[in-house]
Amino acid sequence: MKRILSMAFASAGALSLQGCAGLQSALDPKGPAASELAWLIWFFTGLCAVVWVLVMIALAAPLTMRSRAQAEPLAIDPGADGRKLRVVMTAVGVTAVILVGLTLLSFFANRTLAAIGSDAALTIRVTGHQWWWEVRYENAMPSRILTTANEIHIPSGEPVRLLLTSTDVIHSFWIPSLSGKLDLIPGHTNVLDIKADKPGVYRGQCAEFCGVQHANMGTFIIAEPRAKFDTWWNDQLRPAADPTGDEAKAGEDLFQRRPCVMCHRIGGTPAGGTVAPDLTHIASRQTLAAGTLTMSRGNLAAWIADPQSIKPGSHMPVVELNGDELNAIVAYLEGLK
Amino acid sequence: MSSADLTSERDLPPERETSAKGDLAPEHDGPRDTGMDDASLHRWLARTWRTPPGIIGALSSVDHKVIARRYLITAFVFLCLGGLNAVAMRIQLSGPQRGLIGPDLYNQLFTMHGVTMMFLFAVPIVQATGIYLVPLMVGTRNIAFPRLNAFSYWVYLSGGAFAWISFLLNMAPDVGWFAYVPLSGPEFGPGKRADVWAQMITYTEVSSLAVAVATIVTVLKQRAPGMSLDKIPLYVWALLVTSFVVLFAMPAVMITSTFLILDRLVGTHIFNPAEGGDALLFQHLFWFFGHPEVYIIFLPATGMVSAIIPVFARRPVFGYLGLVLSLIAVGFLSFGLWVHHMFATGLPKLGASFFTASSMMIAIPNGVQIFCWLASLWDGRPVIRTPLLFVFGFFFIFVIGGLSGVMLASVPLDLQVHDTYFVVAHFHYVLIGGSVFPLLGATYFWFPKITGRMMSERLGRWHFWLAFIGFNAAFFPMHLVGLWGMPRRVYTYPAELGWGNINLLISAGAVLFFLSFVLFAFNLVHGVLRGVPAGDNPWDAGTLEWATSSPPPSYNFTRIPVVTNVEPLWAERGTLPVATGLRVDARELLISTVAEAHPDIREKSATPSIWPLLAAIAVGGTFLYSIFTPWAIVWGAAPIAITLIGWFWPKGDPEDEE
Repeated sequence: MKRILSMAFASAGALSLQGCAGLQSALDPKGPAASELAWLIWFFTGLCAVVWVLVMIALAAPLTMRSRAQAEPLAIDPGADGRKLRVVMTAVGVTAVILVGLTLLSFFANRTLAAIGSDAALTIRVTGHQWWWEVRYENAMPSRILTTANEIHIPSGEPVRLLLTSTDVIHSFWIPSLSGKLDLIPGHTNVLDIKADKPGVYRGQCAEFCGVQHANMGTFIIAEPRAKFDTWWNDQLRPAADPTGDEAKAGEDLFQRRPCVMCHRIGGTPAGGTVAPDLTHIASRQTLAAGTLTMSRGNLAAWIADPQSIKPGSHMPVVELNGDELNAIVAYLEGLK
Repeated sequence: MSSADLTSERDLPPERETSAKGDLAPEHDGPRDTGMDDASLHRWLARTWRTPPGIIGALSSVDHKVIARRYLITAFVFLCLGGLNAVAMRIQLSGPQRGLIGPDLYNQLFTMHGVTMMFLFAVPIVQATGIYLVPLMVGTRNIAFPRLNAFSYWVYLSGGAFAWISFLLNMAPDVGWFAYVPLSGPEFGPGKRADVWAQMITYTEVSSLAVAVATIVTVLKQRAPGMSLDKIPLYVWALLVTSFVVLFAMPAVMITSTFLILDRLVGTHIFNPAEGGDALLFQHLFWFFGHPEVYIIFLPATGMVSAIIPVFARRPVFGYLGLVLSLIAVGFLSFGLWVHHMFATGLPKLGASFFTASSMMIAIPNGVQIFCWLASLWDGRPVIRTPLLFVFGFFFIFVIGGLSGVMLASVPLDLQVHDTYFVVAHFHYVLIGGSVFPLLGATYFWFPKITGRMMSERLGRWHFWLAFIGFNAAFFPMHLVGLWGMPRRVYTYPAELGWGNINLLISAGAVLFFLSFVLFAFNLVHGVLRGVPAGDNPWDAGTLEWATSSPPPSYNFTRIPVVTNVEPLWAERGTLPVATGLRVDARELLISTVAEAHPDIREKSATPSIWPLLAAIAVGGTFLYSIFTPWAIVWGAAPIAITLIGWFWPKGDPEDEE
């Protein structure tokens, strides 16, 4: 029953999705939690639509009747009102039954969702910052702990546990095609279990208003087969690549002498700031500035040259650099794969 | 206070007038209306109840109709301003990566839109409608505590001006109408913007608490003889329940905003997790107010629907008792739902499920209301006039909003759509469909009573269809774009997510919806200037406000009517029975018992006074000053005390001597 319904709804959903990329859509589920929720959304929508149509029919019915404009308003047929009372009572009873049913349905759906991550082997701590995401892969061995930003790689087909918290204001972590949202609240740690059925890139963004750049606080879940994921993790644990070429070497030197070093960390160099995203492997990421720009040499240069016109109000300051200096720093960062 | 000397028997003498029996008539007593002819009665009452001439006189007015008109016009101005905010936002969002409005201004715009619509438009306008109509509907000469009522308007006006002048000075709140900490706290909300939010709340809540108190007392103690609890018009019931909800909900938000300003100004750490405070406490306090707030806006609108339907269905409303009990049930239940605004904060799952159940449960009394109204319409084809058209629009839109509310009540489902455009669609369907459409219908319905002239029916129909189409074009697609992943409160969005076209449609609908209000404003002005004279009871309605002239005289009723039916004017075709025995040379009201509305005592109603205005200036100045220093409370106490002493200074009336 549930399967048939969900297929029917999924095809209706596919129709309504035409023209939409579905990159970040609750109606385009790619994991067990989102599938359960999409089914629930379509079921509620269908039922509500039926109820609404019935109410509209009841509303339109008197328009087909004879006018009683001339009748004395207090002359009411008690028999007719008695029949109406029975109809109203029945409608109230049916409403109550539907609501009890929906309450139970929600309750059991919640239990299903809670069971998804019960055997999660991988724990990732996601910390919200104005306006980027700090991502830390927890591990019993300190040498395996990995800190990165904005893009979260996970093994596909495995449940992953996310520990959500914040150090400034409240944010909300939401990847619609994988799961519902959960807030990141300073002083609290919330647990969200997610699972992607297949490898792929799933976009999300902050869903709780968090200040001036709330709109540009995107994140990506990148699900990969286990082996590829392990390779990625090992690669990311390595210190930053040494700069190759004179320009990149000059760039590293500039990076260490300019304000960049105050906020950013680059593993294997003296740069150890933790208030801004870790740049050790920045060039391996797909986007810049929490999903604001795609990663490219041009965008890196644009972002460093004038972050305030790309993401007004962000905490990345404008650092005075001449053209050669800018090119050198970009060349260096571009090599940090 | 004089002893009760009024009767209201049904078997009355031919002139259908009760007379004062066994009146001891103390020496200081003046002339009474007993046996007085209509012309001299009118002369006496007009002199006793008039608003004094001149500017000072106008500022001193305590006439509930004068105050209500000011409230209505002010709230309408704020509606237009809030609507302009919305149009600006929709232009910015009409395409991806538009650069018309930057994030800083956009955040102020959506905050001001929410604050204006919730605190400066919706609550004041439903209360103002009550200030105008409740005393007329219960058959009394003025609202209870008329000076408090006048005070409430001045405080409201200064709060609204405070918020909007701040906006013009680029210091409007930019933290959302909910102003969550820590974003609005001292560390992440620099400048005065969040303080403006906190104190604006205080202004408007003081004002709405004052109105609530006045409304409750008017309904419980000033009803016309014979208007027992089962004969109170449903609109008045709705206002009574709403006022109780205001009384219990508003203190929560005042505490919230006061805690916030203490954190910001005095250096407390109530919401600071680093020092043992808790950011979630703010949300609990805010939504303990915030959810009842929705019903504060919605319940009076249900009263309007209950007032309009019988008139155009040409029969008393079906299921009076069920409707009253539903109102009361909704009033109580509205306090048990606040957590459904917080499902995404990671509350314990079982506790959250409880709030799913309670949120679902409130659909039952609301369902009862819908079914009773539908049943009222089933006797035959109703008379289709603009007020009823808007009620039909209400059904169409509000039922969608109610049903999407059932979806949001489900914890797991809510986690997908919470804080997305789906929710934006939902609450606009509920608030515009559930409150603004009935309010527009009510405007067409009661406009003749307030101005003595009809609004244009032809323009009214154009207005309805424009509003109806514009509204649905603007808000229905929001459900979809929310499910496609678009969060609320974003000033822009990337092109590759494919939200561009649908947002363009939404913006076009929003502009259309805004234009419908321009047409409405034109119809209002046209009605005032050129409208067809309405007469006392243009719709042949049954409740007491239609028993007096349009517009009503300052004293409302020449003689206090005696009520025998929920629809007294239908039960007593011709003339109403009346009660007599009130003095005409002093502002006397008839006080009746709470349940049966037996005449109980005569009571003085306050005379016009400038002190409420001065007190409001003192209070407003203190609030304004308090965004800069906590010492404002100390320095402000003196002028407030002086104005209150002036306000309550004994007048030497005989009543005061007793």
